[in-house]
Amino acid sequence: MTTTLTRAVERRPPSTPPPPRRRRTSWWPYLLIAPTVLATGFLLLYPLARNVVISVHEFGLPQLVRGDARFVGLANYARVLADPEFWAVVRRTLVFTAINVVLIMVLSTLVALLLVRLGKWARLLVMTGLVLVWATPVIAATTVFQWLFQSRLGVVNWALVSLGFEGYRDYTWFADGPATFGILVALIVWQSVPFAALSLYAAMVTIPSELYEAARMDGAGAWRVFAAITFPMLRAMFGLITCLEVIWVVKAFVQIWVISQGGPGQATTTLPVYAFQVAQSLQRYDLGAAVSMLMVLLLVLVLLAYFRQLYRQEEVS
Amino acid sequence: MTGRVLRGVAAVVVFLVSVFPVYWMVLTAFKPTRDIQAETPTFLPLSLTFEHFGTAVSAQGFWSFWRNSILVAGGAVLLSLVVALLAAFAVARLRWKGRRGFILMVFVAQMTPWEALLIPIYVIARDAGMLDTLWMLTLVYFMITLPFTVVTLRGFLAAIPVDLEEAALVDGCSRAQAFRRVVFPLLAPGLLATSLFGFITAWNEFAFANVLIIKDQDDRTLPVWLSSFSNTFGTDWGATMAASTLFMLPVLLVFLVLQGRVTTGIVGGAVKG
Repeated sequence: MTTTLTRAVERRPPSTPPPPRRRRTSWWPYLLIAPTVLATGFLLLYPLARNVVISVHEFGLPQLVRGDARFVGLANYARVLADPEFWAVVRRTLVFTAINVVLIMVLSTLVALLLVRLGKWARLLVMTGLVLVWATPVIAATTVFQWLFQSRLGVVNWALVSLGFEGYRDYTWFADGPATFGILVALIVWQSVPFAALSLYAAMVTIPSELYEAARMDGAGAWRVFAAITFPMLRAMFGLITCLEVIWVVKAFVQIWVISQGGPGQATTTLPVYAFQVAQSLQRYDLGAAVSMLMVLLLVLVLLAYFRQLYRQEEVS
Repeated sequence: MTGRVLRGVAAVVVFLVSVFPVYWMVLTAFKPTRDIQAETPTFLPLSLTFEHFGTAVSAQGFWSFWRNSILVAGGAVLLSLVVALLAAFAVARLRWKGRRGFILMVFVAQMTPWEALLIPIYVIARDAGMLDTLWMLTLVYFMITLPFTVVTLRGFLAAIPVDLEEAALVDGCSRAQAFRRVVFPLLAPGLLATSLFGFITAWNEFAFANVLIIKDQDDRTLPVWLSSFSNTFGTDWGATMAASTLFMLPVLLVFLVLQGRVTTGIVGGAVKG
C-alpha cells in the first residue's frame, strides 16, 4: 500500500508550487480510485439494480430456489399501491417520523441552548451524559429499554405505581400497540438527541456574542433573541439536521424489529419493517423489493432537500 | 438568580435522563438476583456480584460470537482503510478529470439507505453460495463504512500542508521517505479515529447479520445473539444486562480514546464533508 502511494507521490513533479499543478493526464488517480469504484459498483449499485430487477419479476420462494422468475412489469408496484395495508403503513411511517423528528428537534434545540448558558463544569457533565448515550449501541439500548419497561420488575412500572398510578402494576407495555409505539419513540428520541444537540451547540457558539448583547440592550427576551438571532443565523444548520433526522427515522429498522417486529398486530410496522416482513414472512421478495424501492424514492426526495441545504451551508461558510 | 437555579435543575434533568438507562443496565448487571427481583428496586450499588457476568460469559457460543464480531468488524475496517486511503489520496492531493463526480458519488453512497437493500443482498448472497459466511458480512460492512472513511480521510489528508512534504524533500528526503516520515505520522491520529469509528459501525450492525447468517448459528455476531436474549437467558435480566454491558464495553473504550475528536472532528467532517 505504502509503495503504491509513494510512487503516486513521485509522479508529481518535484518542487513545483501547489495548484495549479497541471500536467499531462496521468492514469495514477484512476488507479487509486479504482478499488473504491469497483467496490461501489459490485456491493452497492449491483444490489440496487438487483432490487429493481426483483421488483419487476414474479419472485417468491420457488423462483428463489429454481431461479426462473417471470417478468411482470409494474404489476408488483400496482399490487402494493392498491393494497390499503400499504397505505396504512405509509401513514404510520409519516406519523412516526413526524412525532420523532419534532421531538428530537425541539429537545435538541433546548439542550443546545442550555449548554450555551451553562458554566464550564455543568456543561462538561451534560456533554458527558450526551456522549454516553451516543456511544450506546442500538442493540444494547433495545435490551435496556425492554428491561426498563418490563411488566413485573421494570423500574418504570415501579415508579408509576409509587406515584399513585395503580393501573400500571404489572402493566405489559409490549402487549399494547400505542404503548409500544410510544416506547419506540422514546428510544429513538433518546438515541438521536445527542448528535443533534451537540451539532446545534457547536453551531451556536460560532454566533458572535455582540449580537446577543445588542439584542439584550434593546430589551429583547429569550424567545425574541432566539427567533431574531439564533434561528435565522443557523437556519441552514437546522435544515441540515432536520433532513438527517428525517432520513434516520424513516429508515429506522433495528429498534422496531428487535423490540416488536412491527407488532403487536401492525401497530409499529413502518416502511422498512413492512418491506422486510413481506419478504421474509410471506416470502414475497418481489413485493418486498417493490416496497423498499418506494421507500428509496421517498428518501431520495428528502435527500435532495438535504443536498440543497448542504450546498447552501457550503456557500455560507 | 432564579434563572441560574432553573438552568441547574434543567442540566441535572438532562444528565439523569441521558445517563439513567445506561446506569440501570450496568447496575442490574452487578446486582444480586434477589435485589433484581425485589419489590422495591435499589438505586445504589449496595451489594455487588460478578455472578451475572459469569452466566453471560459461559453462555453457549459466547466466545465464538465475540470472535465473529471482532473478525467481521476488524476485517471490514482494515479493508476499507486500505481502499479509502488510496482514493482519499487521489482526491486530496492529485488533480484529475472526474474528481468532482467521484466526490459526489462518495457523498451519495454515504447516504445509502442500507435497510432497503436487505432483500437483494440476501438473494445475491444466496445465489453466490455465500449465505452463512462471515466473508459476505465482512464485504457488506466494508461497503457500509467505505464512503464515510473516504470522506474523513480526505479531510484529514487535506489538512496536512503539502509544503511540509516539500520541505522534507528540500532536506534531502526521497518521496517515499517524505510520505513515511512526514505525512504518515501526521495522518496516524486521523487513521485511528476513522478506523475506530468504522469499527463501531460494523460492531453494532444488526440487520444484515440477522439476514445473512441464518442456518449456522455458530457464525452469528454479538448483536444478533444479544437481540434474542430471551432464548438464551429467559427472564434472567441480570445476565442479559451483563451481556449488554460487555457488548457496549469496546464501544465505550473507543469513545474514551477518541474523546474530543469524536464530537468536534467527526461531526465537523460528517456535516461539512
